Parts: sequence; C-alpha cells; structure tokens
Amino acid sequence: MLAFIIRRIGQSILVLLIVGLVAFSMFRFVGDPIDNMLGQERTIEDVERLRSQLGLDQPFPVQYFRFLQGAAQGNFGVSYRQGRPVSEIIRERAPATLELAAVSGIFAIVFGIALGVMTAIRRNGVAANAIMATSLIGVSLPTFLIGILLIYLFSVELGWLPSFGRGETVRLGDWWTTGFLTESGLKALILPAITLGLYQMTLIMRLVRSEMLDVLRQDYIRFAHARGLKGRVINFRHALKNTMVPVVTVIGLQLGAIIAFAIITETVFQWPGVGLLFINAIQFVDIPVMAAYLMLISVMFVGINLIVDILYIFIDPRLRADRSGAH
Amino acid sequence: MTDAPLPATAKAREKGRWERFRESDFFYAFKRSPVALVSFGVVSVLVLSAIFAPLIAPTNPFDPASLDLMNGFTPPMEPNAFTGSSFLMGTDDQGRDVFSTILYGMRISLFVGAAAVLFAMVLGIVMGLISGYFGGWADTVIMRVADVQLTFPSILVAMLIFGIAKGVTPIEYRDQMAIWVLILAIGLSDWVQFARVVRGATLVEKNKDYVAAARLIGRSPWAIMTRHILPNALSPVLVIATISLALAIIAEATLSFLGVGAPPTQPSLGTLIRIGQGFLFSGEWWILFFPACTLLALALSVNMLGDWLRDALNPRLR
Repeated sequence: MLAFIIRRIGQSILVLLIVGLVAFSMFRFVGDPIDNMLGQERTIEDVERLRSQLGLDQPFPVQYFRFLQGAAQGNFGVSYRQGRPVSEIIRERAPATLELAAVSGIFAIVFGIALGVMTAIRRNGVAANAIMATSLIGVSLPTFLIGILLIYLFSVELGWLPSFGRGETVRLGDWWTTGFLTESGLKALILPAITLGLYQMTLIMRLVRSEMLDVLRQDYIRFAHARGLKGRVINFRHALKNTMVPVVTVIGLQLGAIIAFAIITETVFQWPGVGLLFINAIQFVDIPVMAAYLMLISVMFVGINLIVDILYIFIDPRLRADRSGAH
Repeated sequence: MTDAPLPATAKAREKGRWERFRESDFFYAFKRSPVALVSFGVVSVLVLSAIFAPLIAPTNPFDPASLDLMNGFTPPMEPNAFTGSSFLMGTDDQGRDVFSTILYGMRISLFVGAAAVLFAMVLGIVMGLISGYFGGWADTVIMRVADVQLTFPSILVAMLIFGIAKGVTPIEYRDQMAIWVLILAIGLSDWVQFARVVRGATLVEKNKDYVAAARLIGRSPWAIMTRHILPNALSPVLVIATISLALAIIAEATLSFLGVGAPPTQPSLGTLIRIGQGFLFSGEWWILFFPACTLLALALSVNMLGDWLRDALNPRLR
C-alpha cells in the first residue's frame, strides 16, 4: 500500500513536470516576450539588456529549471498586458473565485443531497418526476445560457438581483477581500453561485438518487421498518449514510471542475475572479498569466486526484489488494 | 469482360441493403420511438436550412451592400419606423436580419462541430489502433498522455490550445484562422474517449483467428488494423461520435460566447449570443433570444438522438 502511495505521488509529480514543460514552452515559443514588453520605439541595446535581464540568452534546460524554481516560489513573471507581477494579480483575484466556488459547492452539495433523497423516497410522486425531467434539461443546457436566463429573469424582469460584479467588498487581513459581509456582496453572489453549482447539483442529485434506490431495496432497511423505526430515521440515519462513499468521491473530483467552469460563470457575470483573468489573458495572448493559471489549476487538479485516490484505499479495503497485485 | 453485369449486381446489392435496412430491428425501433423521430426531424430541418442558407435567407448578412442602418433594432414581425420593412426575427444594431445571421451562424456552428468531431475521431482511432495493436511503449505513452488530458475538463484544454494557437499565428491571420484553430482545439480536447474505445476493441479483436489468418497470409499491420479490426470496432465509435457532436457544438458555442472562438466577422451561434447579451438590458431581447433558442434546439436534439442511438445499438451500455 505504501508502495502504491509513493508511486502515485511520483506519477503526480511527473504530470506536473510535463504541464510545467508545456507552460514553459508557451513562454519560450509563443511570440517573443521582448516584442511583447517593449513597444515600437526601442533600441537594440534595450532588447539585449532585457534579454539578458530575463535570462532569455541561457540554454533551454537552464531556462526550464529557472522557470520551475520560480513557479515553485509562486513567481510567474510580469503580465504583458498589465505590466504587474502575475502573482500579485492572481492574489488579488483569487478571493473572488474561491468564495464563488465555495458557495456554489455548498449549494450543489446541500440541494443535491436533499433533492436526491427526496426523489428517491417519493419515487413515483409528481414532484419527484418533475424534478428528474427538469434535471435532464438542466444537464443539456450550456452553462452560459443558464446564466443569461437567470440574469434576464432576476435582474432585467424582476430587478431583484444585480447582474454583474461582486458588489461591495470588505478587506480582511492583508490581501483577502470578501463579499460575505455586505448586503450587496451577498446579493451579487446568488445568481453566479446558482449558475456555477447547477450542473454539479444535478450530478450529485442523480447519483444520490440511484444509490438510495439501491440501498432502500436491501434487507436491513426492511428489517428497520419491521422494527418499527420512523421513516425519517431509516432514510437519513441508515440509508443515506451508506450512499455517501461514491458521493464523497464525486464531490471531491467535482471541486476541480467547479474552479475550471468558474471561467464561464465569471465571464457571464463579469465576476472579477481568476477565470475572467484567464479569458482576458487568452484574448490578448498574455502568456505569463495563461501559464500561471495553467500551473495553478494543474496543481489543484492533480492534488485533488491524488487525495481522492489515496482516500479510496482507506475507505475501501478491497482496493488495497487489487492495486498492489495489478502492477 | 463486359461492363454490363457490374452495375446490375451493384444495384441488386444496394437494393438488398436498403431492404435489409428497412426490415432491421434498428429501423423498427426508430419508427416506434417518438423521441428518435422528433429529434431526427429537428436535426434534419436545422442541418438542411444551414446547408441551404444562401437560398433560404432573405438577406446575406455578410454583404455590407445589403444592409441598411436605418433598419437597425427592428422588432420581430413589426414594420420598421423609417423604412417600413419587416423582419421575421427582427434586426440587430447594424440592421442585419437576425433570421439570416442565425442561418449563416448555424453553418459555422455545425461545420466546426462536425469537423472537430471528425478530427477527434480520426486521431482517436489511429491512436487507439496503434496502442491496442502494438502495445509496448507506444501504448504506454499514448495512454499516459490520455490519462493526463482526462484529468482536466475538455473545455479548459480547448481554451488553452486555442490560446496557444492564437499566440503562434501572426496577428494579421488571426481572424481568418480562428475557425480552423477552433476545430483543432475542440478536436484535440476530445480524442481521448475515441482512442480508449478503439484500443479496448482492438485488444479483444487482435487475438481472434481471423486476425491471425490475415497476418499469416502476409497482410501488413496497417491493413490488418484498418481493414480487419477497425470495422469490428466501429459501432461504439459511431455512438460516441454522435454524443460528441452535441458536446462539440456546445463547446464551440461556449468558446465563441467567451470571446475565444469564432470572430464577429464569421459569427457562429455562440458569437451571436455574445453579441445579443449586450442588448439584453436595453430591451432588444430578440437579438439574443432567437440564436439562443436555435442553439438549444440543435444541442438538445443532437443529444437526444445520440442517447437513443446508444440505447438502440447497444443495450448493455445503458
């Protein structure tokens, strides 16, 4: 088992090194950084000075090593477009994305589990069938259309909620800004959080529902009924608990997806987060920002996958034998 | 040798094939399924109107001479206050007929979606055949790359490829190349599942007797892979292709909506929605509403057709 964990960590590091190589190649081969940083009026001396200042006259492996060194320390160079260090810009934008992701994650988990249990218990009810049918449409709707639909309903027609931005934010500590503490901040959070969490909510709901239906058929639930336990106790204490293993895994894997799909939601709502930064970086071919975002998101994805894989071994003893025997 | 018997037999065989198709379980299931009939109908209407857009569209939205700025912001089915002309789905800010832009936009959406899936399919099939048939280090490398790519959501991979490709192309060609870059990006983000399915089927097929026989009579590995193994691995590939088409259309729309896809000079449905969103607050709802509905109808019906096809071709996959 220890061997498996070590090998798994080794694989993760390898993946990160490869992604790092991709990110670095973007720096090195996509456009000329000097071109991007100096304007039209420049002298050859300027170019040479900047070239050696940035270390671009060094051989490839040396540059790659330096890039990795810098990346590990959170240093991704200077944004071509804004002329400020990328790490500074990302730190400024990160709270917005993390708060949005956290709220939509909680929304997806709470409503997903509640609706999943509800549709499983009242399998043939009208409401349950209606929810299942709506969820099918919800899965096929592109995220950005859901966002636009919500804006149209709640901002344009009803005028209840703001359609863009984060509202007023409060500074906490050194660099964290939060929208949780003001009324406008909380209001601004509702629509983007629903847009971002809806897909994950339907996913969790359908998973909980099918797992619950499986569990509810089993003997120990029938015995619990025979013992005269209340329906609520059976459904939540006995049945729901046993559906949680796959649900926890899916939630873990979807965390990364929420961060990635935040790009779309942030663009629809002009939410000043990292995703909007990334989209703008692509539009203006701002390579340092793209590379930094790529590295950040890979660390996050690879880390989550690693944790989920290791958790699996602890949750399910059968996998221990399989994994060590297979390789 | 005469030419006469050949067309005759070919005709007979063709007729036989058509007859066989009409008597098959597949066609029977199709006739009996309202979902399949309706979604097939919607897809056909949309695809045909996209193909024949120049014949159907009242105006050519890309011909500046046909535009009249005075027609701008005409609501649907109402005569314009200045010119008196009336438009089925209204006009946008430049006086372009929304119905015509949708027809032309759908062309681009469908073309990009289909080309991207085709590209992903060919790449995936080649990779899957190589990795399944030869095994060894080729298999390890290809499947490793596939695993790494699967770690990331495909839309993110597509965005990244689009960004890099945009950086590589010179500025003056960027708008012209955008459509091809888009196809490359979506295709590359989607090849993995084709490769996995083909590899799995190849692993099963390559140990069967007919492959050994083909090898024995000295056919080349390439011929064995493409002529003997591939036909037996094709039906799951077709199912994945249909479902991928819906996903590719949505991916294209999403990228274009985000402003990293089809440029405003060649607007796809996603670009039209992006443009329309700007007019949502000033009350010109039709500029957004009709393209969005078209995209929905297209994505939903292709998706439903794909789901039905999956169930009809292979009940086990359900």
